Amino acid sequence: MAAKLRAPGLYRAFFAFLLGIAFAAGLTWLVRMATGHSTYHHFLSEEPIMAVSLITAPIFFLVGLGGFDYWLYWASGRPTRPEDHSSHGAHTWKDYFRINTDHKVIGIQYTVTAFFFLFVGGLMAMLMRIQLAQPGAEFVSANTYNGLFSVHASLLIFLFVIPVFAGLANYVLPLMIGAPDMAFPRLNALSYWLLPLAGLMMLLSFAAPGGAFADGWTAYAPLSIDAPIGQDFFSVGVQLAGASSIMTALNFLVTIITMRAPGMSFFRMPLLVWANFATSLLVVIATPFIAASQFFVLLDRGLGFNFFDAGKGGDVLMYQHVFWFYSHPAVYIMMLPGFGIISEIIAVKARKPIFGYRMMAFSLLAIVGLGFTVWAHHMFTSGMAAWIRIPMAITTAIIAVPTGIKIFSWLATLWRGVLHLDTPMLFSLGFLATFTLGGISGVMLAMVAFDIHVSASYFIVAHIHYVLFGGSLMTIFAGVYYWFPKMTGRMYDERLGKWHFWSTFVLFNLTFGPMHILGLQGMPRRVPTYAAKFADLNMFISIASFGLGLTTLIFLYNMVTSWRGGPRAVANPWRGLTIEWQVSSPPPVFNFDRIPTVVGSPYEYGVPGAVHGTFAPAPVPATVGGASRGSDVVHRHTE
Amino acid sequence: MVSRRSIVGTIAAALIATAIGIVLSYVIHWFPVQASTQAHHTDTLYHVLVIASVPIFVLVVTVILYSVWQFRVKPGQELEDGPPIHGNTRLEVIWTAIPAMILLGLVSYSFVVLHENEKKPAGPEMVVNVTGQQFAWSYEYPSSATGGAPLKTTQLYVPDNESVHFEIKSLDVIHAFWIPAFRLQIDAVPGITTSYRATPDRLGSYPVVCNLLCGVGHGLMRSTVHVVTPSAFQAWLKSRASASGGASTGQPGAPASAS
Repeated sequence: MAAKLRAPGLYRAFFAFLLGIAFAAGLTWLVRMATGHSTYHHFLSEEPIMAVSLITAPIFFLVGLGGFDYWLYWASGRPTRPEDHSSHGAHTWKDYFRINTDHKVIGIQYTVTAFFFLFVGGLMAMLMRIQLAQPGAEFVSANTYNGLFSVHASLLIFLFVIPVFAGLANYVLPLMIGAPDMAFPRLNALSYWLLPLAGLMMLLSFAAPGGAFADGWTAYAPLSIDAPIGQDFFSVGVQLAGASSIMTALNFLVTIITMRAPGMSFFRMPLLVWANFATSLLVVIATPFIAASQFFVLLDRGLGFNFFDAGKGGDVLMYQHVFWFYSHPAVYIMMLPGFGIISEIIAVKARKPIFGYRMMAFSLLAIVGLGFTVWAHHMFTSGMAAWIRIPMAITTAIIAVPTGIKIFSWLATLWRGVLHLDTPMLFSLGFLATFTLGGISGVMLAMVAFDIHVSASYFIVAHIHYVLFGGSLMTIFAGVYYWFPKMTGRMYDERLGKWHFWSTFVLFNLTFGPMHILGLQGMPRRVPTYAAKFADLNMFISIASFGLGLTTLIFLYNMVTSWRGGPRAVANPWRGLTIEWQVSSPPPVFNFDRIPTVVGSPYEYGVPGAVHGTFAPAPVPATVGGASRGSDVVHRHTE
Repeated sequence: MVSRRSIVGTIAAALIATAIGIVLSYVIHWFPVQASTQAHHTDTLYHVLVIASVPIFVLVVTVILYSVWQFRVKPGQELEDGPPIHGNTRLEVIWTAIPAMILLGLVSYSFVVLHENEKKPAGPEMVVNVTGQQFAWSYEYPSSATGGAPLKTTQLYVPDNESVHFEIKSLDVIHAFWIPAFRLQIDAVPGITTSYRATPDRLGSYPVVCNLLCGVGHGLMRSTVHVVTPSAFQAWLKSRASASGGASTGQPGAPASAS
């Protein structure tokens, strides 16, 4: 037992977690005594202890788990344990529950964790739809209802869409660029382990006194300032998820810039790599802003800083500006990796090169740049200075252009191809249709005079679900089916996959389509009850949504049974050219026995004898400076 | 490979689908009744946006469906590839430039509508002060509107065909003062006064809705705006003034009727 408590792992982590709470209790006690509170009475005050514990307990937990061991040894001058690769690869299921530095293990940890939160968040949506099936229903209290949609959105944004993309990319991106791992494997492990902590914190807020945080994932001040302690579970949880996001993005940037295989110039990178490069730029620049917004809230709540108290010199609108300066780029953080997935799948499944590859790459960068110039379109009715609406409306309309370029390029890639309509392709085509609708309603919302009517109404709920469900989630399903053989070494059940697609596609539209009309008709969002005239449509939506919820069970069943006992997958079941398909399924522990050399574009379908990467010694020396620097890194790691 | 007949047939089908889409966009009752001049402008803008959107959506779906129909892998083709087409600069310039022009055109038109909806009227304008607090709206008619003492009330009456300037404040958290029948909305923000103007042009009673989450009672923070004839409005002002005996009653805290 004592040995288990000393060795890094879950035992030590749990022990350290308790220490973290004790530390928080001691710290609050000392501070309270130092500032003149009575010694015993306030010691028993649970809320300050809980609030400080939210910060200390997760950090202690991670130290206990071993997330910082190497750096702490190094920093304290003790001999660091040489890397013996014992934490590489997974041999039993237990290896997924400890610090592991293998990008493939981390990729699966990320993906499975994210899907766990998808199911939890989806279940909350089901509860909300029960409440909304009839006006005036009392299935849950108004406070619980507010908690449900707040936690639903927070989990699905911060614990599902953002990390599941990081997870898929974690698995396939190093393979795609011919690298044996990510640039910083220990950082990679740490960024994963922050996530379950952030997610559990948000879930546990339901157990907090006063209930879960209940002012939306937007947590607008001043409502969030006077909210019960559940709000802190959001504000701190976002810090953890955000830190995870930033660390992963830095890791991706360094990996992409320095670890590409010899010969892989930037314009020979698969578009998934480009997409994650663009996303990582967004994450690194934008995420500190939401961290700041939530630190403001914490300081206001805990220590009375009055950043957002208008009566004491605070500025209410500032919260929204800082919040949306992250949260608008965040919608591209939640979409660009999906664009990358769709590009891979459509090229392979249509057996044609991506149409306009360079424009596809440049349009991603254009979205990164423009993505930072549109945030105040979330605030057209906020009461901010009226003139800001004009430039923000123009940039919002213009940002549809690079997105349109991508849609048209995918369509042109389909043209005259040889289309294999299996599950990943069906989800990709379904994505094109639903995401186009989400894009169109987005352009409508750029039109200020119209936005003034529907801002914050159910029209917005419809729009955001067309973008994040019809957009992001469709690409995620496509990507999971597409790389399932590579990640698990098994094939999924194609028939169930098609059932999953068609039921999801139909019920998705039946659920979220009518919400446009509810919003136009005047139904506000985030309400547990509504005027009687909206009853019929709401009942219809609720019934459709229950069906939509059930469709995920088909997916779950398919994934679990196929992973356990599906037919063995060959190395390259889709006849893809990109490098991840040139190694076994699943890949060897260190990815490549020989480092590949990239000799051409990743999408030369239809060109006789075309090769993207080769494991044979390259006849011509590598051509690109950046890539040859990458090859040094590669060799050092593999030796 | 691509037969002329299939292309012509598909284009015809797409045109028909576009026509049906546009007709449908007129048949569907998207909006509640129009009760202000602003509502007419906004709804027209919406219809223009829908008419511009239908062909774009139909184009995308048509290309997908046509590709699925014509280019789906056929028996014996399992190991074949498509032709290695890498791009077409002219096409790419076209599908960058044309959407950009359409978008700039639409956004310019939306600014015209916005300007039209917000411009100050030539004639006189009545000011109504609106206060939001958890979880009710209250209203104050200043002396300039009543011609006597200011009137505080929880009822909202406005005269038909006269511009009203709503000046909106909040006592606690952010609310949003939304009148769907007017197609107008703005937040009530602690510390600042926000405003919009509406010219009601249809007699009747319409919902006023709080459209920004303000706490547990948010879903019930509703009120009603009554658009009445100018003479009826004056009569209402008089009856309120005498009933309340001046400005002393009608505390903003009183819950508004949710009718």
